[in-house]
Amino acid sequence: MIAQHPVISCQNVWKLFGSAPGEYLSDSQEAPDLETIHAAGYVAAVRDVTLEVYQGEILVIMGLSGSGKSTLLRCMSRLLDISSGTIVVDGQDIAALSERALIELRRTKMGMVFQNFGLLPHRTVLGNVSFPLEMRGQDRHARRDRELEVIELVGLTGREDHFPHELSGGQQQRVGIARSLAIEPDIWFLDEPFSSLDPLIRREMQEEFLRLQGGLGKTIVFITHDFDEALRLADRIAIMKDGVVVQCDTPEKVVLEPATPYVAKFTENIDKARVVRAGGMALRETEATAPRGDAVSAQSTLHELARTLVDDDRDSLPVEGADGKIIGMLDRQDALDLVVGTRT
Amino acid sequence: MSSIEAHASPPGVRARRLSMVVVLMAAAIAMALGRDMLPASLMRPPDWMILPLADWINAFFDFLRDDLGLLAVTRSVAGGVEALLDVTANLLYGKNRWPWLGPIPWSVIAVTAAVIGYALGGAKLAFLACGTFLWIALMGQWTWAMETLSVIVVAAPVSVLLGLLVGVAAWRSRRLAALLNPILNIAQSLPHFAYMIPVVVFIGVGPKAGAIVTIIFSVPPMIRMTLLGLQKVPDEVVESGKMCGATGWQLLLRTRLPTARTDILIGVNQVIMQCLAMVVLASFIGMPGLGQKLLQLLQALRIGQSVEIGLTIVLLAITLDRFTRAWALRQPVHVPRVMPWHERFRLPLIWLGLVTVAAGLSQVFPLLAEIGRVQGFSFGAAIDAVMDRVIVAIYPVTDWLHWFLIVWVFIPVRDAFLWMPFAAVLSLLAAVGYAVGGRRSALICVAFFGYIAISGWWDRTMITAYTVVVSVAIAAVFAFPTAIWATGNAVRSRRVLLVCDTVQTFPSFIYLIPMIMLFGANDVAVVGAVVLFAAVPLIRYTIEGIRGVPVALVEAAGMSGATRRQIRRHVLWPVALPTIMVGVNQAVMFSLFMVIIAAFIGTQDLGQEMQRALSSADVGKGLVLGLAVATIGLMVDHLIMKWASSVRPAN
Repeated sequence: MIAQHPVISCQNVWKLFGSAPGEYLSDSQEAPDLETIHAAGYVAAVRDVTLEVYQGEILVIMGLSGSGKSTLLRCMSRLLDISSGTIVVDGQDIAALSERALIELRRTKMGMVFQNFGLLPHRTVLGNVSFPLEMRGQDRHARRDRELEVIELVGLTGREDHFPHELSGGQQQRVGIARSLAIEPDIWFLDEPFSSLDPLIRREMQEEFLRLQGGLGKTIVFITHDFDEALRLADRIAIMKDGVVVQCDTPEKVVLEPATPYVAKFTENIDKARVVRAGGMALRETEATAPRGDAVSAQSTLHELARTLVDDDRDSLPVEGADGKIIGMLDRQDALDLVVGTRT
Repeated sequence: MSSIEAHASPPGVRARRLSMVVVLMAAAIAMALGRDMLPASLMRPPDWMILPLADWINAFFDFLRDDLGLLAVTRSVAGGVEALLDVTANLLYGKNRWPWLGPIPWSVIAVTAAVIGYALGGAKLAFLACGTFLWIALMGQWTWAMETLSVIVVAAPVSVLLGLLVGVAAWRSRRLAALLNPILNIAQSLPHFAYMIPVVVFIGVGPKAGAIVTIIFSVPPMIRMTLLGLQKVPDEVVESGKMCGATGWQLLLRTRLPTARTDILIGVNQVIMQCLAMVVLASFIGMPGLGQKLLQLLQALRIGQSVEIGLTIVLLAITLDRFTRAWALRQPVHVPRVMPWHERFRLPLIWLGLVTVAAGLSQVFPLLAEIGRVQGFSFGAAIDAVMDRVIVAIYPVTDWLHWFLIVWVFIPVRDAFLWMPFAAVLSLLAAVGYAVGGRRSALICVAFFGYIAISGWWDRTMITAYTVVVSVAIAAVFAFPTAIWATGNAVRSRRVLLVCDTVQTFPSFIYLIPMIMLFGANDVAVVGAVVLFAAVPLIRYTIEGIRGVPVALVEAAGMSGATRRQIRRHVLWPVALPTIMVGVNQAVMFSLFMVIIAAFIGTQDLGQEMQRALSSADVGKGLVLGLAVATIGLMVDHLIMKWASSVRPAN
């Protein structure tokens, strides 16, 4: 389903703030812990993070404020230089890139959306969207079609001449999204894009985002502090605490097998049946031994299947993928336990 | 930070600090009481202590001028400025120079100002602008006003450009910013005259000297605001620029500077207001225009005409301030995409039409082109007649006030200031410094006043200090009740704030007119003007401080059962106090400047000496005196800011 080809790969990435973090880290014999770093006069934002982002997936980095998630994102886009480790983006070690090559990478491959939009107040919607294209040196006529296309994509047609302060928060973020998509980036960074919006607008924007991504298939790193948002959007979730990635897994895995008590606390009040999909719970089976009868879709959540689970009398149900092939079978009792709770 | 340290300081440190304060206090009191037994070297700085700073500075300037040939450089810069001045002078009042087009008829300028006003702030500003120029023309002051404006039109843009360049450079290099900060602090507390003397030496007198001193004087706020604006650009906007692939220059020119627009334009506003204030004062170095007329009329006690000119300056100040402020605060508004061209260019077209009509009419009716002094509708004589009556009528009151203030306030306080041994003053200041900010502040206080001691101007400085102290005290007596009355309700406080804002744009010179009118040219008039000038920031910051107290705090106190009085005493005042102290700080600064300016009325303080230094073009003496004024201001500033930051709750 997703080609397992890493677009971004982080190896033992550290980011400390302080006078000479690089030397401090290379001088340390082993990985220092939080107290040691603090005692040495440094602030640790990202500690020893290793993770990969695959082609076409949505990786959500979730953590509370101060967990280092935004810093990690800024390291991936090299808005911040890392203190130690390597980050390879699209086959290039970005720490080694020259200023010129970095700008070239950003002009062709990367787009970023910001929490408080980061719009230029003196430019219209059109002016903001055209900014990255101007930076590339595209002339006015060549870029006009593309500008109008992305503005239409985010549903702001008719407001091209408005200034940011004349728009609502949701509309402003649509401008931010359009701007970040203007250069057709392969990699899309979103830094808490919906956090400063009202809950209703946020919901609407999340759906909008999924709709956009359905058509675009970008490689996405999405930052949020909202666990529900992470579950809704993610292919995989990386949960951060104190600069460390404590678990990086699919939503099902995070909910079903939290790696630490910290992660478990987030999942406690989550209705697992709405998160876990049949495909995630299915046990691998060859087609020959699979039970016969109607199959359930791998994409359905157990919550959606609740009626079937209750009414069906088979012990296990076949699960079929998007292409109609049976990919495994679902243990009905296990699934029911998850939906209605274990029998006591 | 300092507040955290202050709160966190262990009891031992606080006790030691307290004991130092007590010791220094006791020393000061002992020296004051036992002054008869003190050696003369503790009464006044002894001769061996006084350094010939003025001679050193003069030698340095001579070196710059003669040996380094700086004079040639300054003269050529002045030549460039003069060329620009000639153009504006020709256009505005028809000086016989290239491009030989002027003078532009006054009606054309009035109409142009009205259209610009309309574009910036609607009908209100249009009326204000048009009214101002109409008034100037009708009063027969056109030429003088244009002489003044022709300098501002040149000085302000040059100053803005310089400020932008230096501001950007300071933003790029942290070193430069650290170097500039103290220089700007001193520059902004040097009195106007201190700037004039070097300019007289290097440039000479007249309009170009006036323009150059105006440029130098008005640059610091522009540097400050540019730096501040660039620092305030949100990180995200810069990051978004970077992620769009902008290079360093693209980031600066297309992202940072446009985003800092409002702060930069507020800098422009400050530059223009400083220009106006300086250009009026530059009359002291032979700059013609409104300032020179006002100076002559005031010296001749022609009150009626002074009032007219004063009104002109006030109107110009308000107009320029409102124009630039409207420009700074204006948010861009979108225009519909499809729009016929005459709709899109509606205002320029209206302007073109009006200008054509005005220019045409002024060909037919010369009165629309130029109103001479003789044809003017000046009513100075009428004001004089009325004022004479009023002055005679209230003479008993003013005379008694004059007598009372001089005999019971001014002379005793002045004598007290002069009576103090200088060692006692230093000790007292050290005690205050210790109490406010510990050893560092104590050292700063002693260093600042130590400079005054070695400069050799102790007595003059004490007279200046006394004038400032008395004036600020009297101002406080009026200002605080006014402010409390104003905070009674929102509408009232908004109105009083508007008045303060408006009055604050007036050049300091203006405040002297009503006082000279009432009291004649003497000490009382000087103090009166200083009181007026100092009261404005006091009222303003008190209102802002009290209205700025969070509503939730007042509600919480009310729900705890506090009475109005208790709320005022336990919530409003303590929370507002830091802001109020900023007002006190400004009041002291303003009064220092005003005291120096008022010197031409005839005072005995530093200002008087500065005037003498100016008339003999004595750079050394002028700078030594200017720095003496600056040190008083900087010391007060340090003490108040330190104190305010230590009481402000750490959050």
